[in-house]
Amino acid sequence: MTLDHRTDYVRHVRAGVAVLVYPLQYVVSLPANFLDWTGETLASRETLQEHNADLRRENQTLRSQLHKLTFIEAENRHLRELLQSSKRIGERVLIAELLSVDLDPYRRQVVINKGEQDDLLYRGQPIVDAYGVMGTLVHVNPYSSTAMLITDPNHALPVQVNRNGLRTVAVGTGSEGLLELQHLPNNADIQVGDLLVTSGLGCVFPAGYPAARVVEVDTNPSLPFMHVIAEPLAQLDRSREVLLVWPSLESLPGVSNPCSYAVEETP
Amino acid sequence: MRFSQHRGGWLITLSFVLALALSIIPLPVMLELVRPEWMAMVLIYWCMAVPSRVGVSIGWLVGLLLDVSRDALLGQYALAFALIAFLTLHLHQRLRVFPIWQQALSVAVLIMLECLVVLWVKGLTGQSPGFWKIMLPAFSSLFFWPVIYLVLRHVRRTYNVS
Repeated sequence: MTLDHRTDYVRHVRAGVAVLVYPLQYVVSLPANFLDWTGETLASRETLQEHNADLRRENQTLRSQLHKLTFIEAENRHLRELLQSSKRIGERVLIAELLSVDLDPYRRQVVINKGEQDDLLYRGQPIVDAYGVMGTLVHVNPYSSTAMLITDPNHALPVQVNRNGLRTVAVGTGSEGLLELQHLPNNADIQVGDLLVTSGLGCVFPAGYPAARVVEVDTNPSLPFMHVIAEPLAQLDRSREVLLVWPSLESLPGVSNPCSYAVEETP
Repeated sequence: MRFSQHRGGWLITLSFVLALALSIIPLPVMLELVRPEWMAMVLIYWCMAVPSRVGVSIGWLVGLLLDVSRDALLGQYALAFALIAFLTLHLHQRLRVFPIWQQALSVAVLIMLECLVVLWVKGLTGQSPGFWKIMLPAFSSLFFWPVIYLVLRHVRRTYNVS
């Protein structure tokens, strides 16, 4: 147990046993998947048509916004080159599905159906869904992996307030869908409704992904710090599919990237 | 002769596989906290019924499986299960003659011990959820023990597992 807690030596034992357990996890998550499937199959024609029209409309709006985005991206890259700072290229992603199995009820973790055999996954890799950051991988096994969600009490996420760039750390509380921002001084400029995005410090998450929205700010002058609660934007309990992200860490020649150590360390 | 001494090993394996499936099947958040310790109950039953076949080492292996499927610290449940297997082996002759409610109470105490070991390990690694909350599975196991006992006894007698 000490070996597992402090070091990485028993990783292979865990991976081996995980291969044995994976078929069972797969079978257990079948009924839930089947329910989803029947729900989709039995949907009426009108619902599907409506859904389709909605999606088409959304696609069109998004596409028009994308045109603008490519232009801005090119401009941004150009400016960054002028500034000699690290380049940000589009990150590589992989879609994975969640298995509906329960883990320890006192922690917030999920199992996904991708492992070492599928791609170059690594420990500490960020996962996101369509709405925001979800968590990081903690154990990568041959056919499946376990991820810690951002609401897990052991998880801390470096974020910044989108409005003014105030940097802070969002710590999981262990209860469903709540994050706590710790160590913010009483005069910090933060309001209810502020959007928190990842700051990219800590070298785990790429910068700029939406993470949470502030829902409660409580200032008590007798306490040294503010009490700030935020709600994750990602649908932690409803998502069925997640994206695994490989943050791009390429930098310009002559400029060392502060995050490159994080890549070298990964097995 | 050896063959007639040991029979129905696949049934014991199957019961453990089913128990593992029951312990990872998704439940609503409220029920998740009171999920009975299926694996521990099945282990206690087999330790009590066929102590010559299921013992500390099987308990340890089964615990390791539960460790990985719950993504806990490797060895946390293995240690707890080895402990309860050891205690059941010691007590099996007494447990067998108890009436079923008294058996259920003893099983609850054993599972409490298991939870206590898990709580202790969690406390050492800095993720302690609180004493009474972690004891909830022991109470729910108390009510499910008669079910496990009757079902497994029926299976054991029908297929003559020995």
